[in-house]
Amino acid sequence: MTGPEFAGLKDGYPDHMRASIAKVEATRARRLKEGTLAPMSAEARAEILENWHPDYKADQKREVAVGPSKGARMPHEVADLLEAYPAVDPSTIDLSKPDLDVSILILGGGGAASVAALHAVEEGIAPSDILMVTKLRHGDCNSVMAQGGIQAADREPDSPAIHYLDVLGGGHYTNKPELVRALVEDGPRMIEWHERLGVLYDKLNDGTYLEAHGGGTSRMRMHSAKDYTGLEIMRVLKDEVLNVGIPTIEFAPAIDLLLDEAGNTAGAVLFNLETEEQVVVRARATVLATGGFGRLHIQGFETSNHYGATADGLVMAYRAGAGLIDMDSVQYHPTGVAYPAAILGQLATEKLRNQGAEPVDSEGESFVYPLEPRDVESAAIIRQCYGEDRGVETPSGIRGVWLDTPMIDEIHGPGTLKSRLAAMWMMWHRHGIDITKDPALVFPTLHYQNGGVEIDAEGRTAIPGLFAGGEVAGGVHGKNRLMGNSLLDYNVFGRRAGISAARWAKEQASSGSSGLSLKHVEDYVEELKSAGVGTDRTAPMILPDYRREVVIARRLDAL
Amino acid sequence: MADEKLTQIYIMGKAYDVPVGVTIMDAMEYAGYRFIRGAGCRSGFCGACGTVYRKAGEYRLEFVLACQEMVEEGMHLTQLPFTPAPRSDYVLNELDPRENVLLQHYPEIARCVSCNTCTKACPQEIEVMDYIQAALRGDVAKVAELSFDCIACGLCAMRCPADIKHYHVGQMGRRLHSIANSPMPDHLTERIAQLEGGTFDNEMNALAGASLDDLKTKYAERVIEKAVTEEVTT
Repeated sequence: MTGPEFAGLKDGYPDHMRASIAKVEATRARRLKEGTLAPMSAEARAEILENWHPDYKADQKREVAVGPSKGARMPHEVADLLEAYPAVDPSTIDLSKPDLDVSILILGGGGAASVAALHAVEEGIAPSDILMVTKLRHGDCNSVMAQGGIQAADREPDSPAIHYLDVLGGGHYTNKPELVRALVEDGPRMIEWHERLGVLYDKLNDGTYLEAHGGGTSRMRMHSAKDYTGLEIMRVLKDEVLNVGIPTIEFAPAIDLLLDEAGNTAGAVLFNLETEEQVVVRARATVLATGGFGRLHIQGFETSNHYGATADGLVMAYRAGAGLIDMDSVQYHPTGVAYPAAILGQLATEKLRNQGAEPVDSEGESFVYPLEPRDVESAAIIRQCYGEDRGVETPSGIRGVWLDTPMIDEIHGPGTLKSRLAAMWMMWHRHGIDITKDPALVFPTLHYQNGGVEIDAEGRTAIPGLFAGGEVAGGVHGKNRLMGNSLLDYNVFGRRAGISAARWAKEQASSGSSGLSLKHVEDYVEELKSAGVGTDRTAPMILPDYRREVVIARRLDAL
Repeated sequence: MADEKLTQIYIMGKAYDVPVGVTIMDAMEYAGYRFIRGAGCRSGFCGACGTVYRKAGEYRLEFVLACQEMVEEGMHLTQLPFTPAPRSDYVLNELDPRENVLLQHYPEIARCVSCNTCTKACPQEIEVMDYIQAALRGDVAKVAELSFDCIACGLCAMRCPADIKHYHVGQMGRRLHSIANSPMPDHLTERIAQLEGGTFDNEMNALAGASLDDLKTKYAERVIEKAVTEEVTT
């Protein structure tokens, strides 16, 4: 690999940014000595959220005009997709002869999908009777990109009850309590399952886990695998799905769910992205594990999410009659990359902060406790840039604050950052910046769909035969998720959805199969028309389009 | 964007003017490509966008991730978004890590000629050849350590003159290392037993029935555990 050229830059930064870095360096010894600022009071948190968090801007949302959650407020970008017509006219799809017929159809190829598939097998479904279908490749998902860690209350002085309080308080008490209980009580069990699968978590010399804090935690329960935690778990899960022999079709996203005549979910219509064929799959049980919506770029934010995070599952489930909850809330990760522009919006893991790096403004001063819950931390960074005018502006006009990464080795000793945060070191190193020597510029980035399809503690949705887990589902985190609870979420609820789907499929095995239907989609189209939704917008989006408008405008569909 | 500085690159031999200072992935989209394959996490973690290029006037091929590498004037590039590498199935808990399991499952690692081409092809700067040599010796701890940052882009396997499937060897080696050398901590086993035994049930039931005011009080009264610095082994 060769490095890019850095004309006019000194170790990756231009002069005016270097001037601000000098101020950060000048205050570092004092800040290390004094320690971090104290956490905010409940009142201070409420005030900064109200004034500075993007979720609290009323004009950025509207009431959705149709469907089971009609009247619920959500970001325009989400409402646009729900108020959209199907890409394929349902009356043109031949449902009389399904192309594939399986016991369990799993929509998605990420963490929740893989966990559901493996647990359906443990619950007695033959691997060959399961089908996993995914839009991109198996493992192309947000799960693989999670860096910092996974929470589980598995040591003294921690307990499921303390974890429960952390989650509820972090979520402003809006979470569904039975989901939080499942999350925290299953936590240690999921870590044990990972151990048996051969996931390599960081351990101390005495064989116990290296566990750290995350934003909003009161106990150190963040398990990590360097800063490749999500990758390490996901690649082991994928390896095991391959070992077990669960069939997978890649580059074949679902575009609508199928129901049977009794109103049960009965499979899905797939779209082969390469041949552009429709494929009809009948299934006794369907698991929705299609992930979140980061690529909708809500309020124009950059995102840390993978290419396929376009809310397809929300759209399909909603048309089929499943309600959505907490869709008014969006997670902006406090520290997305603000410089260099080539990696704008990519994630700078919270682990940088739990290992000692603190946010510092253009004048070199700290302004917030480094491990507030994410919504509060994000609001504080936005305020520092746009309220206090103490952000650092990049050559492309982006504002950010410093994350003082050299503090990590100052606190824990030389070499710590490179060994515990190898991915982070590499990310900036590729652009000529050494974050062991210089701080990194960050600004909040669109990170996670807090809400989603409503589920119960067994992963059941409102539609019989449809189960959901992972980011597509809502209620676990309420209005704000804590670090390390998304990896845990997809494990806990992927497992519960997989087990519930297996049980449902077995119960249904003796009943005869009735005809497949897309009438719910036709009805939805009628509802759109009656509501006066006059648009040629179609959904699901499937993939974002980053071509230039000038290219799209000149495009011919001539082949 | 009118005064944007452009540079010329060649995507599969065809010239396009693209902005200076962007990644190969962004440059391809600027040129008019819409990815189906060849784009995944867009952050260097998934290995979907393995890319090969040659710089103007150079004979040598370079191996990178399109989402992480910046464009350079005169670069000739193509993506290699899929590697048709066979993989050996196994049942983890039936393996004996003391035996040379990796060699049995991937006998072609014995054909390694130590040319180091795999290492040169790795966009993660992993010492790939060294972990294949460790695999040959049955040293799964070393395989795990050296291969840990692998994102399975497959460029090593595409390049290897001995047709070794390095990233599959690394994956199996890491799982073997975990069960052989990284036992489940006692505190985890104890916690599972407590959960199974209902140790926390009363406390959890009380919380589930608590009023919002009670919950807020309990939340405000939490004591934040103080962090200590200790050494890691993994």
